[in-house]
Amino acid sequence: MTNSIKHNYKDKVKDFHPNPHIFKNCIKAFVVGGLICAFGQVLTNFYLANFNFTEETVGNPTVATLILISAILTGLGYYDIIGQFAGAGSAVPVTGFANSMASAALEYKSEGIVLGIATNMFKLAGSVIVFGVVSAYVVGIIRYIFNMFM
Amino acid sequence: MEYLIAFVTGGLICIVGQLLLDILKFTPAHVMATFVIIGSILDGFGIYDKFIEFAGAGATVPITSFGHSLLHGAMAEAEKHGFIGIGMGMFKLTSGGISAAIVFAFFVALIFKPKG
Repeated sequence: MTNSIKHNYKDKVKDFHPNPHIFKNCIKAFVVGGLICAFGQVLTNFYLANFNFTEETVGNPTVATLILISAILTGLGYYDIIGQFAGAGSAVPVTGFANSMASAALEYKSEGIVLGIATNMFKLAGSVIVFGVVSAYVVGIIRYIFNMFM
Repeated sequence: MEYLIAFVTGGLICIVGQLLLDILKFTPAHVMATFVIIGSILDGFGIYDKFIEFAGAGATVPITSFGHSLLHGAMAEAEKHGFIGIGMGMFKLTSGGISAAIVFAFFVALIFKPKG
């Protein structure tokens, strides 16, 4: 009896899960994510026009500015509100990466600066860096070998 | 016009992320990790550069560009120093974003009080 509950748990609770409004969520994610990217384009054009950046390097200040804004919004508590509304629309842009770091750092503030903020900062963002570096390394090796023989 | 292209492409990438969240029940961390891997693989085939040329910030702002620039820095350095260069150049292009994220997150955590 207990065994069957254990095995059928996923089916049993399925009825009680809220049904996600997939279409509505996608529209929200599209609009918010799109707005963030359009704002990024504004920043890109601004840095291209006023500072000594090329098309290749302009990504750096654009991303840094977005990260600064997102970190401040996280500190003020507004990014969570946007995140609840937009879902992936706020998580997929680079701002979501900054939000995950700032919110993890804030959450563990009570445990101190070293053991709280510094230790837990990469709690969520670490996965992005780990998988980014590992996949870039693997693809890099493959391409390097490929380039050698071609 | 380029604002519209950035809006639409960035939005479409977010829709893919939302579908992963809703249908495959990914967590946001899984979505971000998946997108970074996709970005580096696309750059491995040389596709992502053309995508950035077309979409501008619509391609550089989503997290996929992180994987792209990791690989890009690695390959640029690998041309100069050979095999070891892959590790040396890995963070060359993304260091601006990562150091900004660390510094700003640190100061935000110092200044603000946690809410909720």
